Amino acid sequence: MTIINHIPVFLVAIPILASLLILATGWYDRRFCYPIALITILSQFLASLAILLRVLDGGTIRYHLGSWAPPLGIELVIDSFNGFILVAILLLAAATIVYARRSVEKEIAPDKIVSFYVLFQLLVTGLVGMTITGDVFNLYVFLEISSIAAYTLIASSRKPHSYLASFNYLILGSIAAGFILLGIGNLYVVTGTLNMAELATLLPASYHLATVHSAFLFLMIGFSIKVAFFPLHLWLPDAYAESPSAVTVLISTVMAKVSVYALFRLLFTVFTTAYIIDSFPVTGFILLMATVAIVAGAVLAIAQEDLKRMLAYSSVSQIGYIMFALGVANEIALEGGLLHILGHAVMKGCLFMVAGLIIYRMGTSRLSDMKGLSKTMPISCAAFALAGASMIGIPPTIGFMSKYYLVLGAFEAGLWPYAAVLLVGSLLAAIYIWRFIEIAYFGDPHGGHDEDHHTHTAEREGPLSMLAPMVCLAILCLLFGIFVEVLMGAVGPAALLLLGGA
Amino acid sequence: MIESFSELFLSRYNYWMAIILMLIGLYALIAKQNLVKKIIGLNIFQTAIFLFYISFAEVRGGTAPIYTAEGISALYVNPLPHVLILTAIVVGVSVTAVALSLIVRIYEEYGVIDEDELMQVVRKR
Repeated sequence: MTIINHIPVFLVAIPILASLLILATGWYDRRFCYPIALITILSQFLASLAILLRVLDGGTIRYHLGSWAPPLGIELVIDSFNGFILVAILLLAAATIVYARRSVEKEIAPDKIVSFYVLFQLLVTGLVGMTITGDVFNLYVFLEISSIAAYTLIASSRKPHSYLASFNYLILGSIAAGFILLGIGNLYVVTGTLNMAELATLLPASYHLATVHSAFLFLMIGFSIKVAFFPLHLWLPDAYAESPSAVTVLISTVMAKVSVYALFRLLFTVFTTAYIIDSFPVTGFILLMATVAIVAGAVLAIAQEDLKRMLAYSSVSQIGYIMFALGVANEIALEGGLLHILGHAVMKGCLFMVAGLIIYRMGTSRLSDMKGLSKTMPISCAAFALAGASMIGIPPTIGFMSKYYLVLGAFEAGLWPYAAVLLVGSLLAAIYIWRFIEIAYFGDPHGGHDEDHHTHTAEREGPLSMLAPMVCLAILCLLFGIFVEVLMGAVGPAALLLLGGA
Repeated sequence: MIESFSELFLSRYNYWMAIILMLIGLYALIAKQNLVKKIIGLNIFQTAIFLFYISFAEVRGGTAPIYTAEGISALYVNPLPHVLILTAIVVGVSVTAVALSLIVRIYEEYGVIDEDELMQVVRKR
């Protein structure tokens, strides 16, 4: 019984120890690294499921680190909102670590594999920490742990351009972290506390102060860089396109979603809807930028010649959808936004896994080299088509359900023109997804790459450990869409919680 | 006039210094061509934030909050911002280390660390 009460802290502490263990055993024998990382992430996933069930059963879990009560100590808080996010990110992290093994063997120099898994573990742990912490400075520390791990992981690819991509991300990421630190400092000046729940109760008295406004703007801009919200997305395409496939999958799904989570958490829990709608009306501007992001990201995606780069710009567009929910800020739209956090993570994870598999098999990610790919890689192309359908929002996929709720939310708020933009975004998504489908299914293979696939009929598509997580995610796109009611059981209370009810 | 000026600027010169340093850092980050100078700019930017934290924690004539036989001294400085900044300094050092090692790799790969020349070399490949 007592052990169960301590699960929240184990979720962070044990993986950090595990990453040290990976490093130590890596000196002895490189082969031990992967199993340790795999076991740690899988057990984190199981623990997060247990936590979510307990939260849905018995309400919010508050864990006081070292038994120091909140005003003095740091607390970990898990409610229905971050419990849901926690399960989602650990599910994807688990799929990625299964996928990573063979992909990493091919894309990363053998002597770097030990440090790769250490950093992989640290990145996941930092993100889990960001998700469950109830203290804003703690949030900053975990943000930096995960960011530094991400900078290094992006640069771990054999492609020399990845150093530049990583450096650009480091510069922008550090500016973002600096702004976040300043915002936290301003909040502390006003209230004298760093605890999120206490901030939420103390802040309303000071909503008129310029210090609070500047804190809000610093935090907002800082996290907008971190989530790559449209005009601040410049680091994202290079970072996604140049990093090793497994890292792309991890940062495009898990890391992007946790940054979005942190933004939602600060805006709704720390500042509350009363501030962002009444005292400092910012939702209208966020809504406007979100619609620009949806259209601009999709148009840029259509213009790309490289599969990974196309998917990266598509992420910019899809982040727009999630921010759209934030801009509308009513219950139905937020449910849609939360569904889209999970849904986009699942489908974009699947699409990047397909891209990684194509790179594994063919060594290229240029769209023009993929003519007639469906004949050599039928399973991957089918998975791409399924996840792509979800990206466009074709029923009954998860992408359809989340966009449906977003449109309903926009209607309820009376924002008809904005709802129309959502549909335009879907049409544009159909164009860029269709480009790949057309090339892969209807392209002429003889005009493209050299034919050598008949030599390895046994492993024609790729290793099972890469195919299985990819297919699982593609099927999840469908299952989540059909059984959306099950998800709504977790998403509904979370949306209410964000709006300050229940 | 002079009083309001002194109230706005002179009595809070430490905050103004933090702002000026922050802007110098941001300028170097954006405008400098040399990657190492960009990192120096980043460090100046971060240091400005540290100074901001230390400034607002300051209490004139305050001492460390240490319990003595007579209890805690009446006027003491809040130690929490100092502790936070200690953490932030560690983070800053690690980011600098990662950035500098990336610059070393970029130099090994391309032979230049100037942004414009780097773009030319990258384009040629």
